[in-house]
Amino acid sequence: MKYDIILCGVGGQGVLSVAAAIATAAASEGLKVRQSEVHGMAQRGGAVMSHLRLSDETIPGDLVPRGRADLIISMEPLEALRYTEYLKPEGICITAKSPFENIPNYPEMDSVLSKVESLPNSRLIDAAALAKEVGNRRAVNMVIVGAASTYLPLPEESLKSAITTLFTRKGEKIVEMNINAFSLGRNA
Amino acid sequence: MSNHALLGDEAVALGAMHAGLSSAYGYPGTPSTEIMEYLLRSANAGGEGIHQAHWSSNEKTAFEEALGASFCGKRALITMKHVGLNVAADPFMNAPLLDIKGGVVLAVADDPGMHSSQNEQDSRYFADFAMIPCLEPTNQQEAYDMTRMAFDLSEELAVPVMIRLVTRLSHSRAAISTSDPRKQNVMKKADGGAGWTLLPARARRHYASLIGKQEKMNLLSEESVFNKLKTGNESEKCELGVITTGLARNYFNENSGELTSSYNHLHIGQSPWPAAKIRSLMDSSERLLILEEGMPFLERYIRGIGSETMPIDGKLNGKVSRQGELNPDNVRESLGLPSLSSLEFDTGELPIRPPQLCNGCPHEDSYNFIKEVVQGLDQSIVTSDIGCYALGALAPLEVPETVVCMGASISMAKGAAEAGYPNVMAVIGDSTFYHSGLTGLVDCVADQAKVTVIIMDNSTVAMTGGQQTMLQSARLPQVVEGLGVAKDHIRVLDAFRRSHDGNVEVLKEELAFEGPSVIITVRECVETVKKRLARRKQAKEAAAGGNR
Repeated sequence: MKYDIILCGVGGQGVLSVAAAIATAAASEGLKVRQSEVHGMAQRGGAVMSHLRLSDETIPGDLVPRGRADLIISMEPLEALRYTEYLKPEGICITAKSPFENIPNYPEMDSVLSKVESLPNSRLIDAAALAKEVGNRRAVNMVIVGAASTYLPLPEESLKSAITTLFTRKGEKIVEMNINAFSLGRNA
Repeated sequence: MSNHALLGDEAVALGAMHAGLSSAYGYPGTPSTEIMEYLLRSANAGGEGIHQAHWSSNEKTAFEEALGASFCGKRALITMKHVGLNVAADPFMNAPLLDIKGGVVLAVADDPGMHSSQNEQDSRYFADFAMIPCLEPTNQQEAYDMTRMAFDLSEELAVPVMIRLVTRLSHSRAAISTSDPRKQNVMKKADGGAGWTLLPARARRHYASLIGKQEKMNLLSEESVFNKLKTGNESEKCELGVITTGLARNYFNENSGELTSSYNHLHIGQSPWPAAKIRSLMDSSERLLILEEGMPFLERYIRGIGSETMPIDGKLNGKVSRQGELNPDNVRESLGLPSLSSLEFDTGELPIRPPQLCNGCPHEDSYNFIKEVVQGLDQSIVTSDIGCYALGALAPLEVPETVVCMGASISMAKGAAEAGYPNVMAVIGDSTFYHSGLTGLVDCVADQAKVTVIIMDNSTVAMTGGQQTMLQSARLPQVVEGLGVAKDHIRVLDAFRRSHDGNVEVLKEELAFEGPSVIITVRECVETVKKRLARRKQAKEAAAGGNR
């Protein structure tokens, strides 16, 4: 089994937490994991992208080749479009619906969304609304993990316990809120 | 043996700890920062005989501090990014002439592709220049193993050893297995009389000794487990011989399964170059492809000048991309394999999203008042420096006109002012000022240069994740005064929007002054404020929980 994921968004949107949740769950299932992150200047409100590779055999490198990704998980619709060349022909794209408009030439929202919708296998998730439902707009990233979970080759329970591990340091309430966000995303 | 999922940087840190590390020094710089952060976390967690770990003012002081620890017989690690080694080049180039007993390892992280840097210089040239071994890991496990080995190698050869990392390894995570930690060296001062005093007569002897060690280094490379030659066909020559260095091996392995004819493959993870192995590869191949992450360093060595006896493909003949990182896709192309079929979809032109200052960043308010003053002047120059505030050169602010290297803002401003240009301003951050700005300001004071330095003091090294500046904010005006700037021309301002009009007036006043002046604009980085408040909230909740 080989499963390659491109994670993307804008610096500060919690892309690394999404990667950490999936990577932790995959490791707990005994899979090999390679995860490439973005630190430094690129993190400052710019486009960020992370590669996550899961496999039951040795993984040759940290980067996903173009045309090999099974899944794009994006925190933002314009960013989702940026990496479609990484997808396999049958690859899937899951993205949060709300735009992050921090550039003056952000395209018309309708055209961005309709492009995402015209991808052969795509899902637009109103993650902002679902995060609001659990009471914290910062939970958008765990909503997206939930939405992606039905495609990932990982059991729901191991993802949930990975989220618990990830947020334990921040207290019980935060753990519960993120688990709820995951569940709403999964059922979206 | 245990399993940890670590960044390449963290694997270096753990490898050093398990090698009996006593002291670690460095200056933050992407992509190397996480090595020291890991060592600091471990040091802060405490425990008997835990190592020393400290950020230094710059890479040069870091290197020298590590040499001091080594002089006491202890094992020491220095961490920095590639351009930091330019700053540390003086001690770095001299250290191989010392009689090193306590192992000295330099972990330097290059940034091919310039994800967060101003150039893509290749540190392997520096290892060659200093005549020391360089180990180049291709994955997190090797980062751990090589760092452990580097300390042994350093003590065996009595020279520093370089670990060369690149961004994609520094910032990629994988599980590694570790082995039993080694104890720290006992304290034993080196014989300072001869081995550590580089006076010409003695330095000549030391240099002869370093030259004498080269044969041993070559031999170790020939025998190294990190330099593996795999031959594709025992009985006859293969059409293709591939040499990989660093991460190129990963991208080669990603694609090699699709090669239809047999090939020879030499991977080099330890230098000096294993010449015999390279020759053996060349003898058994008809054509050579050189895939190295970084500059065409090995390729030049192999090509020589007009002495090519076989076709060689690489960065110098354009068969491998000369600029930027290698990746599975461009290596695939170099191997002559067709691209993989991707999802066919035309997204049309997408606008780029460059990095930018955070919402509410104090630098934005500082640049806004500078911009207003600049717009009112016929002629002016604003030099800037390395840090978050360099982003002010991009739209919409577009204030800085130069960004070159750490500290260059102040010295370049002096040069411009002395060339006769009016209204010269230098913008520098507090940490960069301590790193390399102090000396430039001393130059300005000595010659009473007509320069207005603006230190944007956000009390942190923001770009690399919020490390603490060397000295507290309150000390900065005293330091500037101590360097000789007239007290009346040290102006401490708030970097808030509400202070805009007043700040404009102050800058105009100081530009009119016929000597060096320093304006310090103070406001804490929004990211560190957020972190500080989150920590406080957590502490409060923990305390409340305890009371229940």
